[in-house]
Amino acid sequence: MYDMKELYEAFSVQEAIELRLAHPQAQIIAGGSDVLVQMREGRRAGKELISIYLIDELRGVSLDEDGAIRIGSLTSFSHITKDPIIRKYINVLGEAVDLVGGPQIRNIGTIGGNTCNGVTSADSASTLHAWEAIVELTGPDGKRLVPIKEFYLKASTVDIREGEIQTAILIPKESYENTYGSYYKYAMRNAMDIATTGCSVNVRLSPDKQTFDRVRIAYGVAGPVPMRAPSAEALIQGKPLTLEQAEAFSLEVLKDINPRDSWRAPKAFRQHIAVEMAKRCLIEATKRCGGEVK
Amino acid sequence: MIVGKSVPRVDAFDKVTGRAKYTDDLCDKSALLIRVVRSTIAHGFVKSVDIDQAMKVPGVVRIFTCFDVPDLPFPTAGHPWSVEEAHQDVADRLLLNQHVRYYGDDVAAVVAENEVACAQAARLVKVEYEELPFVLDPIEAMQDGQAQIHEGFPNNILKHTSIRNGNYEEARKEPGLICIDKWYTTPTVQHCHIENFICYAYEEAGKTVIVSSTQIPHIVRRTVGQAIGVPWGSVRIIKPYIGGGFGNKQDTLYEPLCGWICRQLGGRLVKIDIPREDTFISNRVRHAIKFHIISYVRPDGTYVARKLEMFSDQGAYASHGHSIAAKGMGCFPQMYPCPNVECDAYTVYTNKSVSGAMRGYGIPQAMFAFESHTDDVCKALGLDPVAFRRAHIMPVGFKDGFSKNENYYDTFNQCMDKAIAYMDYWKKREEFKDQTGPVRRGIGLSCFWYNTGVWPISLEHSSCRMVLNQDGTIQLQVGETEIGQGADTAYAQMAAEVIGLKDYRDVHVVSNQDTDVTPFGLGAYASRQTYMCGFSITQTGQILRQKILDYAQELTRMPVADLDIVDSNIIRTTDGRVLKSLSDLATEAFYSLTHSVHITAESTYQIKSNAYSFGCCVAEVEVDVPMCRCEVKRIINVHDCGKLINPALAEAQVEGGMSMGIGYALSEQLLYDAKTGRGLNNNLLDYKLSTTLDHPHLEAQFVENPEPTNPFGTKALGEPPATPVAPAIRNAILNATGVAVDDIPMNPKVLFKRFTEEGLIHDPWTHESLREEK
Amino acid sequence: MKDQYRLIEFNLNGKDVACMVDCRASLTDMLRNDFRMTSVKKGCEVGECGACNVIIDGECYNSCIYLAVWARGKHIRTLEGLMGPNGELSDIQQAFIDETAVQCGFCTPGFIMSAVEILESGKLYTRDELRKLLSGHLCRCTGYENILNAVEKTMKKRLGIAE
Repeated sequence: MYDMKELYEAFSVQEAIELRLAHPQAQIIAGGSDVLVQMREGRRAGKELISIYLIDELRGVSLDEDGAIRIGSLTSFSHITKDPIIRKYINVLGEAVDLVGGPQIRNIGTIGGNTCNGVTSADSASTLHAWEAIVELTGPDGKRLVPIKEFYLKASTVDIREGEIQTAILIPKESYENTYGSYYKYAMRNAMDIATTGCSVNVRLSPDKQTFDRVRIAYGVAGPVPMRAPSAEALIQGKPLTLEQAEAFSLEVLKDINPRDSWRAPKAFRQHIAVEMAKRCLIEATKRCGGEVK
Repeated sequence: MIVGKSVPRVDAFDKVTGRAKYTDDLCDKSALLIRVVRSTIAHGFVKSVDIDQAMKVPGVVRIFTCFDVPDLPFPTAGHPWSVEEAHQDVADRLLLNQHVRYYGDDVAAVVAENEVACAQAARLVKVEYEELPFVLDPIEAMQDGQAQIHEGFPNNILKHTSIRNGNYEEARKEPGLICIDKWYTTPTVQHCHIENFICYAYEEAGKTVIVSSTQIPHIVRRTVGQAIGVPWGSVRIIKPYIGGGFGNKQDTLYEPLCGWICRQLGGRLVKIDIPREDTFISNRVRHAIKFHIISYVRPDGTYVARKLEMFSDQGAYASHGHSIAAKGMGCFPQMYPCPNVECDAYTVYTNKSVSGAMRGYGIPQAMFAFESHTDDVCKALGLDPVAFRRAHIMPVGFKDGFSKNENYYDTFNQCMDKAIAYMDYWKKREEFKDQTGPVRRGIGLSCFWYNTGVWPISLEHSSCRMVLNQDGTIQLQVGETEIGQGADTAYAQMAAEVIGLKDYRDVHVVSNQDTDVTPFGLGAYASRQTYMCGFSITQTGQILRQKILDYAQELTRMPVADLDIVDSNIIRTTDGRVLKSLSDLATEAFYSLTHSVHITAESTYQIKSNAYSFGCCVAEVEVDVPMCRCEVKRIINVHDCGKLINPALAEAQVEGGMSMGIGYALSEQLLYDAKTGRGLNNNLLDYKLSTTLDHPHLEAQFVENPEPTNPFGTKALGEPPATPVAPAIRNAILNATGVAVDDIPMNPKVLFKRFTEEGLIHDPWTHESLREEK
Repeated sequence: MKDQYRLIEFNLNGKDVACMVDCRASLTDMLRNDFRMTSVKKGCEVGECGACNVIIDGECYNSCIYLAVWARGKHIRTLEGLMGPNGELSDIQQAFIDETAVQCGFCTPGFIMSAVEILESGKLYTRDELRKLLSGHLCRCTGYENILNAVEKTMKKRLGIAE
């Protein structure tokens, strides 16, 4: 039995917006695997909840007219992993969310919840950053699109305004076309864990597959929110597929990331792992592009 | 033969259908709920408790505080009571505490109609403290000037015991000796049975009835009586199916508080269901122990003089106390006999969770230190770890002066032979020489030592009751409990065998103990039950047989000497003819107008023997050096626990222990905040016990040398599987990388530190950034 | 709280049911307390142990972190629903017995329900894939070995693959 003050249930986006306007102080609950846990802990005890979990229109993956991949915010992790569009174009996202918790958690957990809770360790978040995803929010004044980087304001705080709910995540065509990714989740065990650090890299090679045309790298738990490593991305652009370049790239991430010391892991260790992950993800993503780092 | 067969568990059907009822399943939903309010400081005195706001929460019935409870200190350890005061467990607990000794200590108890009211009220109870300094490390706690946690225990030393054999100081002067001097550290870990501790209490027929998820109902009856100051007979404990225990429930947990509150409320039904987070912090944990071992060795590996110091972290209350460190220490001079040994074990109070019994009872800690040290000695001397063990481990014929345990067989070598063959050890050892790459493989070995049961340190006995039914089947009751290990099935097999029944299913084991009904027994601990019940079931079964045969004589007019019970039939031994079925005999005995008798038997057997249980583990690992990860690729445990009663169950038991051992080696550790003493990772997400993806196939094999002291030739198996795994993995990492890791768990953080120290990892930027920060 | 109790209609183990449920209740609370489905166990109440696992519309969920009101219109299955009309065990239950996959039994119902989802997919999985599919359940007794054996053998049997 959860210590909640009220439970408001929305069955459509419109109802959700109305409830959001009527109860601005209420917490939105999607799958609830974070909200309910925090409520039980006492952190969110006594709060009002707006359940949007039963809004079926927010489920599913489709292709927009402009080629963007549209992922409904309530699409569960397991459905993302199984989805043919995801598998065809951005399989790494399916792989990344297939590392969340365990099977039951991947059935209840939604990509909207995973991004709206604003936590740095979310397994989807680094990959969405690396794909330069766009967050779609729907409110009383219609839709608002926000690049994912700007969506995260600070730890546990995202840019959702009065009356809004997140309705979709979009991956623009220019991000994913001819691009292949690799995700490494570093955790202390192989299931039912949160990332000590997560790294997502995607690579587009030159047509001759001899140089890096474009590389995107993003981390979870390398700072208070998920983050890109722009210095490393800039350094590798146009460079040949050599191990030397891969190592230079991976070292360069240290200019961008800022992991912290905690009882979970010391900073020096997280840095060490972040560098090694960058290298391994780059090599793997390159391989998936049909190239080889030598 | 029924004993020795892999028959299905007697309780399996109920457990796969959801019919098996556990404590919460049995509790009526009208129960009031109890929630413990816990201290938010590690050490201090409660000055006041303000319950005014909390009492206003709708649904709150009563709130009891540390100022309300009786001043009756009680012990909690799941040990048999001792009639000699000197051997009684330390009584240092109260139901709720004014002097709080760890972050999470019991300060008050909210009683409410539902869990939301409980949670809300618990948050609103305002506790004012006078804070005292606290100490979290046992060695620090022993220093002068540290926080004094309990009166009467200077320097927080709960107990210190020693062993002195020969003359260590003289012996180590022998010229040419090599000295290996090392420290080893084991962590605080928790049992993590999937069913949390839970109990409920009500009054009936003037008695306080407590239904509890416990391994030790008869012991809990006594401690509840002691804690709330009522005659022991007025307490009745019922133990239903329990969702695992592993030693945590070999302790009195919240039964006394629950029983006392029930009585305060006029006998109303009250339930205390401990949340997982509190199970971690406020039940029991495994003692974290620091070991210091100094060995003086001749170049051929002969131990000349050895010294052991152990510092065992007791946490805030005595619970099982020094017994754990003492058991670990006791193994040291036995496993690798050495004429000159000095051992000192200290069990020290600290301001942390209370340490108690946990699967292995000091031996997982000891095996990690002792068997890691064995490989360190081998490395220092350039000796092969297998050859070293073959030459120096406890020889055949070794007899321990105290326990009178004897090593009857060449068990260690037989177990090692099996493990080596399965793992292809020698080939791997050769293959893994001189590796330099980022990913390396290694193979390591550890043996283990274990005693069965607690004799002669403490009482060992078992009582058994057998009742013949009208159909020739029997009811069996013992005080030794089924906690998941399969004890009931082993009892059924043994009883069927002794009496001469056709099928083990003809023995109906009454699984649930009820102290008003079940014969007195001590419970599930010390891997004792199959060994101990072997005696009482044999003795009681023979009494029952005799009574059956006496009655058969009346019916058949054949002398008892010529009668036997085979396959549930009375047979004439002279020609093997079936004279009567047992069921016909039983029906006759019940309803005969000539001589009606209910044939039953009950007896107690006091066991004054003990038995060594030995074996080994071999593990192969892959170490990803840059990623600081160790993965167990292959692993085997080989056990000699005597004759197997049920090989399939034995195998399952070993696999579970290996899994626990892998977690102990690589990932499990309960952490406390150094600044506050608060538990940091007391949930199943942050505390890393193994999932299905965290270990490989677990291979369990056996060497079946019959144990001469036991009627079924069997001995300890429950706990030993968890004991050799961590050192085997550690020795495999040593083999793979040349790096000796002396602290478990060997998680990535520890491997990063060690690989950096040993130069396998060199991060220049780490040093640069450190300089910049300065 | 307004509308604290809400009428929920759903299908439980093949039967249409209705319940006035406290909207603060988890699905575990409702199944255990209102329907006495005591196979749904509480081990952590935060979705980490898998003991409360049930099948909702064909997929497995930890019922402890699933609001009872979300059960509206769903088909929910618990271990109690597996037995045949004449008390026959399902093949997976029998396999748990035969393979000694049960010890204390507390994680067993949750594991069996995940196994049901796996088996009903009709797919052949490798041992490693099965490990991953069962990784949402913690067991402290078995080391998972015999649980994997039970699921693997039943899967192969259903697919007509000889051992």
